Amino acid sequence: MHIALADTLSPSWDLVADIQILLHYPFMQNAYLGGTLVALTAGIMGYFMVLRSQSFAGHSLANVGFAGATGAVLFGIPPIVGLFLAGVLAAVGIQTLNLAAGRSRQSDIAVGAVFTASLALGFLFLHLATTEYAANVYNVLFGNPLGISAADVGIIFWSTLVLVGALLLIARPLFFASIDPDVAAARGVPVRALALVYLVLLALVVAVAVQVVGVLLIFALLVTPAAIAQHITTRPALAAAVAVALALVFTWVGLAVGYFTPYPVGFFITSFAFGTYVLVRGGGFALGRMRRRDLASSPGSRVGGAA
Amino acid sequence: MMTDLSPTTSTVPIPTGPTPVIQVEDAAVALGGRTIWQEVRLSVQPGEFLAILGPNGAGKSTLLKAILGLIPLSRGTISVLGHPARRGNAAIGYVPQRRHFEADVRVRGRSIVRLGLDGRNWGLPLPFLQPGRAREAASSVQEAIDLVGATSYADRPIGELSGGEQQRLLIAQALVTRPRILALDEPLDSLDLRNQQGVAGVIRQISQETGAAVLLVAHDVNPILPAVDRVVYIAHGQVEVGTPEEVITTETLSRLYATPIEVLRASDGRIVVVGQPEEEVSYHAHRSR
Repeated sequence: MHIALADTLSPSWDLVADIQILLHYPFMQNAYLGGTLVALTAGIMGYFMVLRSQSFAGHSLANVGFAGATGAVLFGIPPIVGLFLAGVLAAVGIQTLNLAAGRSRQSDIAVGAVFTASLALGFLFLHLATTEYAANVYNVLFGNPLGISAADVGIIFWSTLVLVGALLLIARPLFFASIDPDVAAARGVPVRALALVYLVLLALVVAVAVQVVGVLLIFALLVTPAAIAQHITTRPALAAAVAVALALVFTWVGLAVGYFTPYPVGFFITSFAFGTYVLVRGGGFALGRMRRRDLASSPGSRVGGAA
Repeated sequence: MMTDLSPTTSTVPIPTGPTPVIQVEDAAVALGGRTIWQEVRLSVQPGEFLAILGPNGAGKSTLLKAILGLIPLSRGTISVLGHPARRGNAAIGYVPQRRHFEADVRVRGRSIVRLGLDGRNWGLPLPFLQPGRAREAASSVQEAIDLVGATSYADRPIGELSGGEQQRLLIAQALVTRPRILALDEPLDSLDLRNQQGVAGVIRQISQETGAAVLLVAHDVNPILPAVDRVVYIAHGQVEVGTPEEVITTETLSRLYATPIEVLRASDGRIVVVGQPEEEVSYHAHRSR
């Protein structure tokens, strides 16, 4: 299929023509629409995820989605509903464990135990499900943006509307509670309720994002763009905007490259995200060393260095 | 205030001075069935600087939290500016006891100070719709940052700052609403001597410039001694209130601890307390992390 199309659909240096080719088929239009909406919310959610040091909890939430998706097929409900329900259950579980463990490292272990158990459950569901669905497991694990239907785009659109609305509403108190829960609580911010609301929203993001990048690669849209953004700017609103912009670029470029090559889209989205992360961190590290060397060689640095 | 105009009271001169900002009456707190302290009576005047002292685990932070309305009383009342203590009172600026921000928190200090102004509000401000309010907010934040002397590093990531710099920015966060009361829980803890003096100086200067009453929890009174008006000493569930000269004495502390304590005064005015019960001292040595 790809070989037959290779002649007519190879990219040129004419950007307008390329975009016309890209968006020629409805399945690509759906992929771009769905991908754009998912990247928008994933970028904002990711900023809070990094701020709250909850990337592991988020990753686990996505993996719990695997059990949700496979279980949904077994019980005959739409996978996206199964993903969301499993995610909400996991969110409540993680929240309870976090409250019980306080801020100790134990909460990481508890979250890990829950998510491994849910992976095993998903494995069982998969075994019990029909063999034709078993082939679909790749889509759950790694995503299949080229398979997004018009109905899916509708679901993603309404989910995005709810997510962005809720996030804009709670953005400031959530930021306060993430940075400094003690002071936030003293100022009257409902810290615990916000933590739960945040995890439920995260479950919703995961449920819709799984179609684009799958439960295993979701990190690439949730965490990596936000982590890069935090190294570019320390202004919260700007950092969230940069995270969204990066998630959008990774998705758009990943879809385009995936379309023109025979390789999967999820691989490209993840690789572009990872590559950019390495570049920014590496660049930041080199810049820091250079600055330190300048300081060390300048006269009077011993006074400044001691202070 | 309206009742003062009634004929029965107007003929009687009221002897008290300005109304206290905090009035604690016969208060007690019990946590997990254990009474932390009881029979606390305290009245804080505007602009007063109070140090809350005592061994660790005595309930110094608990007193602060009770005034903030974060912990319910088992008996008695606390009123703040004439109203019962309640959570989220904007008239109190609060800096809790804390560890440092993690080094990987890459948010500039200015944004953290700003949280003190409107961090609890729902929704997002839209600067392009209300440029006047945005400018006003930015200038109050800058004013608070100037007041603590943090201007030169307010735009750097807070995780990269030293403990003293972080503490100054957190005090600025507490100050940004121009509170009538400043509640600081061990703000000098885990700072080196130079930063202890610097931060103590900033707090004293703030209380003089803004007229805010300061409640400061400390386990060493010496860095703040020149600024302190009165001391609240908590030990073994008992509370003693008075000037440092009245409270930090061999007799009072021996009575509070129910064991012989010796208070020495060095020629430079520094106070040394000798003979504090050993287990409480060692408890505090392990607590800081």
